[in-house]
Amino acid sequence: MHFEFEIEAGDFSNAGYASSQIKKILKQLNLPNNVVKKAVVALFEAEVNVIGHSFGGTVAIDIENEQLHILVSDTGPGIEDVDLAMSEGYSTATKEIQEMGFGAGMGLPNIKKNTDYLNIRSQAGDHTEIEMLIHFDQNTEESSDQDPDQQSTEGRQS
Amino acid sequence: MEVKDICKIVDAQLHTPSHEKECTIEKAFSSDLMSDVLTLLTDNLLLITGLNNIQTVRTAEMGDICHILFVRGKQPSEKMIELAEEQQIVLMSTSYSMFKASGLLWAAGLSPVY
Repeated sequence: MHFEFEIEAGDFSNAGYASSQIKKILKQLNLPNNVVKKAVVALFEAEVNVIGHSFGGTVAIDIENEQLHILVSDTGPGIEDVDLAMSEGYSTATKEIQEMGFGAGMGLPNIKKNTDYLNIRSQAGDHTEIEMLIHFDQNTEESSDQDPDQQSTEGRQS
Repeated sequence: MEVKDICKIVDAQLHTPSHEKECTIEKAFSSDLMSDVLTLLTDNLLLITGLNNIQTVRTAEMGDICHILFVRGKQPSEKMIELAEEQQIVLMSTSYSMFKASGLLWAAGLSPVY
């Protein structure tokens, strides 16, 4: 099963449209909720990156063999240092991206967190391809965040 | 906690009455940074934010967040309300600051995500 969507550069008002359409499709296919959530969060991050940082691109989804294969491609200008871009907190975001609530250098690390496989192929001055895999069977129905220090509830009204 | 309780505690206006559902909200997360919101795994929580644009609603949609409370009197646009209704996301707004709204809701029993 194959789906493809175009992403227009600089189209901030429609950021998330492709991810939203894909979410609808994945829900209709009755995929596990946690798989859908991981996929759309990773896709949304990638979509915002294409809109904000590239000359435009496409997102292609293939569903086969109990996994989602996602390929997000753009036509440039490429990433100079992929390792640096993967560091949490590193960002080259414009004011427009920051005004949308993004651009804190968390996008690529969050994509990595939500995927079982991530490969970024890029060259400065050329296109970028982000390939992701999400396996259905490796994703249990865990959907809560860890509370590391068990905050006190003292002072609350009953 | 239900939507009507939140509205009462922070004197909030409800913008999506057609989707006011009987559901229990146990946790909340306060942030203007949508990148941070997208790292959460918790479903069905309340997002308290001062970021008033269409991406706030889109982020909630991607993160399966069903309730948003805008602070400091920020009013969602018609486009935001339209998208929220389509995605069955409840939008509320209060004149209170993020600190005050978060504090009041915490004191009333909403838990933090972290």
